[in-house]
Order: sequence, then structure tokens, then C-alpha cells
Amino acid sequence: MSGSDSELTGLSLREAGAGIAARALSSRDLVEAALARIAATDGRVGAFLEVTAERARAQAAQADQRAARGERRSELDGVPVAVKDLFATKGVPTTAGSRILEGWKPPYDATVVERLEDAGAVVVGKLNMDEFAMGSSNENSAYKPCANPYDLSRTPGGSSGGSAAAVAARQVHGSLGTDTGGSIRLPASFCGVVGLKPTYGRVSRYGVVAFASSLDQVGPLARTVEDVALLLGKIAGHDPRDMTSSARPVDDYLAALEEGARGLRVGVPREWFQGGVDAGVERSVRAALAVYERLGAKLVEISLPHTKYGIAAYYLIAPAEASSNLARYDGVRFGLRAEAKGLREMYAETRERGFGAEPKRRIMLGTYALSAGYYDAYYLRAQKVRTLVRRDFDEAFRVCDVIAGPVSPTVAFPLGARTQDPLQMYLGDVFTITCNLAALPGLSVPCGLHGESGMPVGLQLVGRPFDEATLLRAARALEREVGAPSPPSLREGAEVRGQAPSPPSLREGAA
Amino acid sequence: MPVSDFQVVIGLEVHAQLLTRSKIFCGCSTEFGGEPNSHVCPVCLGLPGVLPWLNQKVVEMAVRTGLALGCRIRDRSVFARKNYFYPDLPKGYQTSQYEAPICEGGEVEVTVGGAERRIRLTRIHMEEDAGKNVHDVSPDGASGVDLNRAGVPLLEIVSEPDLRSIDEAVEYLKTLRAILMYLGVNDGNLQEGSFRCDANVSVMRKGADRYGTRCEIKNMNSFRFLRQAVEYEVRRQVGLVEDGKQVVQETRLFDPDRGETRSMRSKEEAHDYRYFPEPDLPPVLVPPELVARVRAELPELPRARAARYQGDLGLSAYDAALLVSERAVAEFFDAALAAYGSGPEAAKRLANWMNGEVARLANERGEAPSAWKLTPARLAEILRLLDAQTIGGPGAKAVLEEVFATGAEPGEVVRAKGLAQVSDTGAIEAAVDAVLAASAAEVERYRAGNKKLMGFFVGQVMKATKGKGNPAVVNALLKKKLGE
Repeated sequence: MSGSDSELTGLSLREAGAGIAARALSSRDLVEAALARIAATDGRVGAFLEVTAERARAQAAQADQRAARGERRSELDGVPVAVKDLFATKGVPTTAGSRILEGWKPPYDATVVERLEDAGAVVVGKLNMDEFAMGSSNENSAYKPCANPYDLSRTPGGSSGGSAAAVAARQVHGSLGTDTGGSIRLPASFCGVVGLKPTYGRVSRYGVVAFASSLDQVGPLARTVEDVALLLGKIAGHDPRDMTSSARPVDDYLAALEEGARGLRVGVPREWFQGGVDAGVERSVRAALAVYERLGAKLVEISLPHTKYGIAAYYLIAPAEASSNLARYDGVRFGLRAEAKGLREMYAETRERGFGAEPKRRIMLGTYALSAGYYDAYYLRAQKVRTLVRRDFDEAFRVCDVIAGPVSPTVAFPLGARTQDPLQMYLGDVFTITCNLAALPGLSVPCGLHGESGMPVGLQLVGRPFDEATLLRAARALEREVGAPSPPSLREGAEVRGQAPSPPSLREGAA
Repeated sequence: MPVSDFQVVIGLEVHAQLLTRSKIFCGCSTEFGGEPNSHVCPVCLGLPGVLPWLNQKVVEMAVRTGLALGCRIRDRSVFARKNYFYPDLPKGYQTSQYEAPICEGGEVEVTVGGAERRIRLTRIHMEEDAGKNVHDVSPDGASGVDLNRAGVPLLEIVSEPDLRSIDEAVEYLKTLRAILMYLGVNDGNLQEGSFRCDANVSVMRKGADRYGTRCEIKNMNSFRFLRQAVEYEVRRQVGLVEDGKQVVQETRLFDPDRGETRSMRSKEEAHDYRYFPEPDLPPVLVPPELVARVRAELPELPRARAARYQGDLGLSAYDAALLVSERAVAEFFDAALAAYGSGPEAAKRLANWMNGEVARLANERGEAPSAWKLTPARLAEILRLLDAQTIGGPGAKAVLEEVFATGAEPGEVVRAKGLAQVSDTGAIEAAVDAVLAASAAEVERYRAGNKKLMGFFVGQVMKATKGKGNPAVVNALLKKKLGE
């Protein structure tokens, strides 16, 4: 053992993998440290819905045997990670955060889980989330709340709340989430980690419990940009089982990572700074823009005039698709089945008991939007807005290479603050949603701490279709200057923290 | 006012299972039957997280069908979700096509009572079949769901309301079925449900300029049931109109036991399927090269073939129609003719045997052409043996029956069963002499003018030669001996 547990769990994914490769560390050490960290902290954080300790230990043993033979499947071989609980994992409960799937064990693995495991990564568990990925605070989880590691009284964001919290809390070195309207970027920004929503079609959705099929996209979360690039490289690429996945070759995301921001044209959308953004958040974001300028990037003012219609269009399209995607939870073949005297009663009772308030709300919204006589006015109109939103971006990318702005108008808000007001909750997605509507890649990278609350602030970068490489390069340039937030205290209430000057060292006794 | 004062208006929706080996959106087998839920996987079970993967063979078969029926083929068509709840529908929606089906327009030419009619098609689209609910399988009365059929590819072929009689409807259906079988896209099996049809039926007073209110009839799995159901429905609707009542737009189920239709759900209870484009499948693109290739590979269709048989081979319309009704039969005929000879005479002779003895034996044995032990070459050989007078008519029938049953070589059968005709004048003469000697009274009456007795003598001689006497030789000898 070449370090204390906290040193091990604090390693970046890249460092942990390199440690195994150098035989300085074992996968067993890393996995045991992760399991111990989860056991010690998850009572407070609530990031995990399922910890697969035995399976993880077995995989760690295999990774160590490979290492002993000098074999490496990839830079991730032997490194503990975790995945949002809507990725199908063979024989391991997969709930999508819903009671209606309680106890369901898929007979198959999602493509991305297969790809992670093929790369040697050790999946130690399934992560908490808003029910069916519907929510922005993780408070719609049917099982338990998840807390923000930087202030346990606050939300980690959603819907991939567990994916962000587990990484921030040093429980795992990286994770996978999904992003339908901001569900990776928002929690990444709230929890001070890096999160990427790739271009629609870049990563297979096979085995991902569907929320809104034309918007859902799988992406990685980690504490460094490099780790996110590493993970993306492993999961991206065409999958014959997903016809919406792209056959375009996958870029080498690490190749240009260190090339800096010089010459980069950074678009700053006027509409993203027109009031409604918390002053502290805006200060951090503008400071990040200033960093880019200092690094030799050129700031370009751009306009995304249809931003304001994004939420309205999204809350027609996403619920419409969800109302159809959630029809299969009918009590007939898997998951919850309520006993009732007839078929209709069984359907009604199963869905009444199995779904929480948010899925029910969206099923109703979506069913209405698709109904005869309303389809043209709602669903079809929303699809037209979608085209206009995409055109805004196309236009903008003629004069810039990436677009930068806030991820969210605020930092992580207190748990319970918005649960009674769904509309206010929805409005928090205003800057992230258009990216999904336009099928573009978007990323959140920490850009400092919020003055009053001390909470992390994320900068959002949006790129051209399939240009994740430029996003990662731009994020890395900022990360080099700003650094990552120091590890969280896992306590309630605000606190003042400095920036970690450098990642934790691998050397014994150092800190 | 009698039924004859009303005009019947019918449109048909046919669901034809495509003869692909695997399902439309996964790799599971499409084979009929099997243990319940043995041909299933996460995709056709609709488990959370799965996605459809379109079988390109389905697209190709849809294009083939569309081209054969003169449809416009869309270069870009779109799958859509048809949403409704039912236990046999795993995803809670059927993946189908709605606003942009792969084929539009087209027509089916049918001949009814000697008259030619062109029945226009509205559209043809691709979709997946549902599973089956199975009742009374469990001692506690619970029903089961068998999803072997879920995801089997279907073409839905929708006609315009162009059919004006039950005969036209039946003929349209038969013609369409034959075409699909010719194209190799469907097995035409109504019993197993691989070729199904729903009928939209309405009536209007003759001369009226507006269609009456229509009812959709489901559950007719034979031509006979279609006829019964539509006949019943027409009488019912005419009765309503005559009583001054309204026909209510609704879906009705045919009950084959009682020979009647009954209401299944009214228009108010009709589903709102909430169609929307399927986000999990990109639009289906049909490039011009695919259309060209499929067009080049189109087989000769029944009507073209029948026309060729009548024009080139001089067959009667009746014979031609029988031969082309099934592609395998027509191909058998073509192959046998190639092995047998050419020209109208050979064709006529072969057609007689095909539509006569061969059809009878196939019927008796209930065998499809693919299962026949008779090959075109063997049938040609039997006819050659007959032409060469090696065997006679009865012998040929016996050989055919044996070949049909065992697949033996005709020559072998003739030898083994001693069916070769005796043309040897000496042997036959001996038999003739013996018969005449034993029938002195009949000979007397014959010579006195009762020429009908010739049949009797021939019969006696054939009996004596165990049916193998060459009839021509027997006749000639008898006439000679009887002094003519």
C-alpha cells in the first residue's frame, strides 16, 4: 500500500491508472479505498443507490492479475468508477431512481458499461438520480436525497446528482451520467467537477433507460478535464445497437488537450447575460472570460435570439417523448406490479404507485401535447423552435469556435428550496437546454467559487457538432489557470475555501 | 327496400408478415410457433434501455412490394410511434409509419366476372407485429402473454374504398395474396395469421354521391369468413338505414361461430394513438440504386405470366389462371415444359396433367409444391413414356401416383410394377383370339350389327392383358378378326 486511503481516493483517474501501470498501486488498494470512502461518507452524501462491492473486488483482482502479467487494457484498467442508476447493468439492480423499477435486474449491460469494463474500469456501484432523470436537484429520487459535498444542506444538482456528488466527494475517480436538458452540466457545476454532454449521437444510448430519446446523451464526469477526455475516448463511437449513434471516427481527445486557448474565438452570447443571473455567478464567469482573453483567446459577442423559447420547446418535446418511453412500465413484464382485479385497474394502480409526482406531471404534459387536435400547436411548433435554436448556433459558430457562459443562473440552492415550485426548477435549465435541443456538445468546468456562499461555479462551454476536442482543450486551458476546488468538507453550511494549487501528490508522505 | 338497391363500398387493410428470417428491430427468429417466449430478447421484450435496429431486408421487401404494385417509393420515409396500452404490446407503442410511409399510391388489377377492375392503393407501410395474449393457460385463470410474434415485420397495405362488391373484395384479396407470394415476401397463410385483413364497409343508396358511415371489421382469418362477415355487415347496415336509423362508426369484431359481427369499440372509445416520429430510428433512406436493383430482380407476376401462357403457349384463360395462382406451381410448369417440349401442343398436354392429376394428388396429400417428391423432370419423363406408348393412360396415372408418393424414377416404376404397355402383336393376338372364342354369342350379335359390343371386346382383351395392351393395337386386331 503506497498511500493512505484519502490519498488514494484523491487521485485523479489518470494518476490512479498510472499508479497501477507503474505497479506502485494495485486495483485492489484503489477499490478498497473507494469502498471504504463510500462506507464512511455516503450516509451523509447519499450518492449511491447500490454498491457492488463483491463484483468490484472480483474485477479488481482480475485487473491486478493483468497488471502482474504486464497487460493493460487501457489507462483506466483497475480504476474504480460508478455509473448513474439508469445504465443497464447485467444482474445488478437498475432503478432509474424509480419505485416502478425497484428490484429489476437487467439481463444485459448498456453499451457504455460494456465499454468501460472492456477498458478495465471497475464499476463499484450505481448512482443516485432524479426519477427517470427528471429533475434538476436530485430531489425527485424515489429512494433518498443526495447532498452537495460542498454543503450538505444544498442540492448537488440533477438529474445526475449522484454522479457529480460521488466524484466531488472522492468516492470514485470518475462517473457516467446522462444529460437531457443539463443533467450532467448542472450537477457538475454545482459540485465543482468537470462534466461533459457530448454531441447527440457521439455516445451510444443502448441500455440507457430512456427519458427523452431525441435529447438524451451519455457523458462523463470527473475532477479533471483530462479524466473527462479519457473517459469520453472510451465510451464514444458508433454502436450498431443504436441507430442514432454516429459512425464518425472518434477524435483523440488527449492529443490537443494542452494546446491552450491562444487564437481561440470564444463566443459570448448577449442573451446569457441579460439579467436573471446571480451577481456572484456572473462575476466568476466574467473572470473566466478574462482569463481566456489573457491567454490569447479572442472574445466575440454573439446572439442566440431564440434562447428564451428553449425551455418552452423543451418542456413539450421532452415530456412528449417521455410519455411514450414510460408506457412500458405497465406491470406486465418487469418491475412493480400492483395486484388489482382487472387489466385496466392493474395498469392504473401500478403506475399510480410506481411513479412519483414529476414523472406523472411529465406524462400528463406529454400526453396532452401529442393528443389529436393539439399535436400541431404544441409538438410540431416545438420542433420548429428547435430548428430555429439550432440555426442560432450555426450562425454563431461562423464567428466563434466555442461559446462560453454560465451553466446555471445560480449556484447550488438549498435542498427543498424549489420542490414546491416546478416552474422555478425548470427555469434553472435555461442555459443548458438549448444545447440539447441543438444536439451540440456542452461542458461544465469549475471557474471559481461564489463570493457569498463559497459554492463552486461552473463555466459552460458549447461547441460545434462533434467538436468535443475543442471544448476539452478550452476547458483544460481554463483549468490550468483556475485550478479545481479543494476537496469538500462534507459538512453543512457555507465555508471559505481556497483553490487547490495542484492535484494531490502520489508520493508517500507528501500532501 | 332490398339490399340490391344499395351500393356496397369496401376498403381493405391487409397485414402481411414479411418472410425475413429475423425480426424487424432485433435478431430474434420470426419462425411461427415455438415454446411461448422462446424467440425473444431484451429488444423485442421492450426492456428498459433497449433500442430498435432496423432490419434492412424489411425495407427491401417493402420496396419490392411497392414496385410490383406500381407505388411511388419514398426516398425518405419515417417511422412513427403508435401509442396504446395492451399486454401484448411490450413497449406501450407500436413502431409503425404514419405521415411518411415507404410506399404511396399504386394499384391491384383484378378480374371479377370477366371484367377488369383497378383497385387503387392508398399506401403501404412497414411496422412491427404485436405478441399474443393467451387465455386459459393457468389454473388460477390468469392470462399469459406470448411475445414470440412481437417484432415480426409486417407490411400494412391499405386500399382505397374502391371495392364495390363482396366478390371484388375476395378477388382483390386473392390477387394481392398471390402477388405477395410471387414476390417471396409473404407465405399467404391466413390460418397462422401471416396474411390478415380488416375491412372497412359502408353502404349507400345507388346513385348517392356520398359514402355511408363505415364500420371497420376485424378478425377474419379466411376468405370464407371475409365473405360471411362482409355479407352480414352489409345486411346489418342496410337494415339500419331502412329502419331510418344511423350506422354508427365503430370497430366490429367478426364472430366465426355465430357468423356475425359485433361492436368492439365505438368512435368515442377509439384510441387517440398520439402518433409522433420515432426518435430512436433515423429516417429510412431508399437510394435510387436500391430501387433499381430491386426492380431488376422483380419476378414475373401472375397476370403477366398468365398473359404469356395464353399468348405464347396458347393455353386457355382457365388453364393459365390455374397455373399462375401459385408461383411455385407456375415455376414447376415452366421447368417441366422446358424438359418436355415446346409448342402449344406440348404446353396444353402438360397443363392438362398439371391442372388435373398433379393438382388432384397434391390436394389429396395436402402438399405444397416445395414438398412434392415429383420433379419437373420426372413429370416430363412420364409424359414422354406416355407419348412413346410405353405406357398407356391408366399406366401413366399409376406411375404419377407412385412417383408423387415415393419420388422414384418413372422408368423404374414402370419396370418394377410391370406397367409397360404390350404392343407385341403376337401376344395381343393370342388374347384377342381367346376372348373371341369365349364370346361366341357376342361375336354373333356384333356381326348382326350391334357395333356397340366393340367396347365389350376391348374391355375383355384389356382385362386379359392386365390393362397393358396397347389400345390401338387391340382395336386394330379386333376389327380385323371381326371381319372389317
